[in-house]
Amino acid sequence: MTELLYEDVLPGGSHWSFTVRRGTVLRLIDRDGGANVGMLFYNPANLLERYNAPDTLKCQHTFKLTSGNCLYSDMGRVFCSIIADSVGWHDTVCGNTTRAMVAARWGTKTYQACRNDWQLNGHDSFLVEGGKYGLGRRDLAANVNWFSKVAVADDGAMTFDAANSNAGDHVDLRFEMDTLVLLHTCPHPLNPAAAYPRAAVRYQFRRAQPMTDDDVCLNACPENRRGLENNRLYHLFG
Amino acid sequence: MLKESTLAVAAALHRAVVPAGDYWLHEVKTGQTFRIVDVDGNQAADTLFYNAGDPFERYSATDTIRAQANVYLGVGSKLLSTDGNVMATITADTVGRHDTLGGACATESNTVRYALEKKTMHACRDSYLLALAEHDHFGLTKRDIGHNINFFMNVPITEDGGLTFADGVSGPGKYVEMVAAMDLLVLISNCPQLNNPCNAYNPTPIELLIWGEGA
Repeated sequence: MTELLYEDVLPGGSHWSFTVRRGTVLRLIDRDGGANVGMLFYNPANLLERYNAPDTLKCQHTFKLTSGNCLYSDMGRVFCSIIADSVGWHDTVCGNTTRAMVAARWGTKTYQACRNDWQLNGHDSFLVEGGKYGLGRRDLAANVNWFSKVAVADDGAMTFDAANSNAGDHVDLRFEMDTLVLLHTCPHPLNPAAAYPRAAVRYQFRRAQPMTDDDVCLNACPENRRGLENNRLYHLFG
Repeated sequence: MLKESTLAVAAALHRAVVPAGDYWLHEVKTGQTFRIVDVDGNQAADTLFYNAGDPFERYSATDTIRAQANVYLGVGSKLLSTDGNVMATITADTVGRHDTLGGACATESNTVRYALEKKTMHACRDSYLLALAEHDHFGLTKRDIGHNINFFMNVPITEDGGLTFADGVSGPGKYVEMVAAMDLLVLISNCPQLNNPCNAYNPTPIELLIWGEGA
C-alpha cells in the first residue's frame, strides 16, 4: 500500500465532488456499516463522456459490481477499476432517492428547521454538484450505489439487502483516466429503514501501483483487456 | 404475463416499417396507443421516450425498475421519466419480457464486447446521434441519450448477480403495445447488431403502429 495522500470523512446525507487524476486509488470505507455512496463519473476533458451502467454490466456479464470489475464510459473506456472489495456486491441500477421519495418515507426536514440535520436526497445532490461543472438534469445517468445490494429473483423482483456492508468494509477504485467524480452519501432508494439512514463514509487517496500482468481487473475477462487497451490508445497522444 | 391487443390493424392512424439499422422518430399523443411489432422475430427495438413538451424530461430506466420493484418490463409496467412522471403504460404484450438494463449498442462498446476492429460497424447509438442531428429543432443532443428500453430482448439476471443475453422469447409477429400518458417523442433505433447471437446475426425490420385516443 502506498503513502496516504489525503483522507477525510463525508458525513451521511451530504454531497461532494472532485477531479481525480489517472493513477490514483480512491478507497471508500463504510465507517459504521450500512453506508450508501451514490457516484457518477465524467471525463473532465469532454463532459459528454460519462459513466454508462448498461455498458459496464453487459461488457462484463454481471449485474453487480465487485473486485475485478471495470467501470466503463459510454466511449468504451474505463474510468476506474475495482482492485479490492471487502463487500462483494455494489448496485448500479437503482438510481437515487428524490425529494418526494425522502418526504414520503422519512418526512420533511428542512434546513430552516433542522440546519445540517436536514434530509437531502441523491437526485438533488447530483444536480448541485453537477451544476458546478455546467452539468444539469440532462447529464444524469444510472449511478453506482457503493455498499448497497439489490438482489433479483427469477421473476425479476428486487430485494434490498440491509446487511450487505458492515463497519470497516471498503472498496478500492483505481482510476485509469482523469475523472470528474460526483458523489453523495444519501440513502439507497430502496432502503426500508424506519429512520432516514445517515451513514458516514471515510475516503482516502493513494498513488496506484503500476498495473502488472496478473492484475485482477485486466484478467477478469477479455472485455476488460480490450477496454483498458482503449484507455492506452486514448492516452497515446496526451 | 401475455395479453393480446383488441385493436384492429386496419384502424391504425399510422403505420411504418423500419428496416434494421434505421431510426424512427415520431410523436405519440396523450391517450394514443403505440405498438411495436417484431416482424421476423428476435429483433431489438432500442427505444427512448421524451416528453414532447419538455424534451429534457426523458425515459428513466432506473426510476422505472425501482418504482415497479422489478427489472423486467411487461403488461402493466409504467414507464417513468427522469422527473418520476408516467410516460406510458404497457397494455398488451405477446412476448412476456423486455429489457431495460442492457442499453443500446455503440461502436465504442462493440470494441470492448467483441473485438477492437468492430469500431467502424454500425450501432444503435450512431442511429440515435443521426436522428437528433437531423431533427435539431428539438434541441436534443448526445446529452439527452439516456438508458433505453430494448423491446423484445431477454436479459436474465441471476440471483448471484450474473447477467446473460439469453435466446429471445420473442418471435415473428409478436408485439408490445403501450398507451401514452403524455405527449411523447419516440425515438427508436432498430438495432443493426451483427455480432450478437441473440438475433442469429440477422437484424430484421420492425413495424410501428399508432391508434387514436380511445381506440
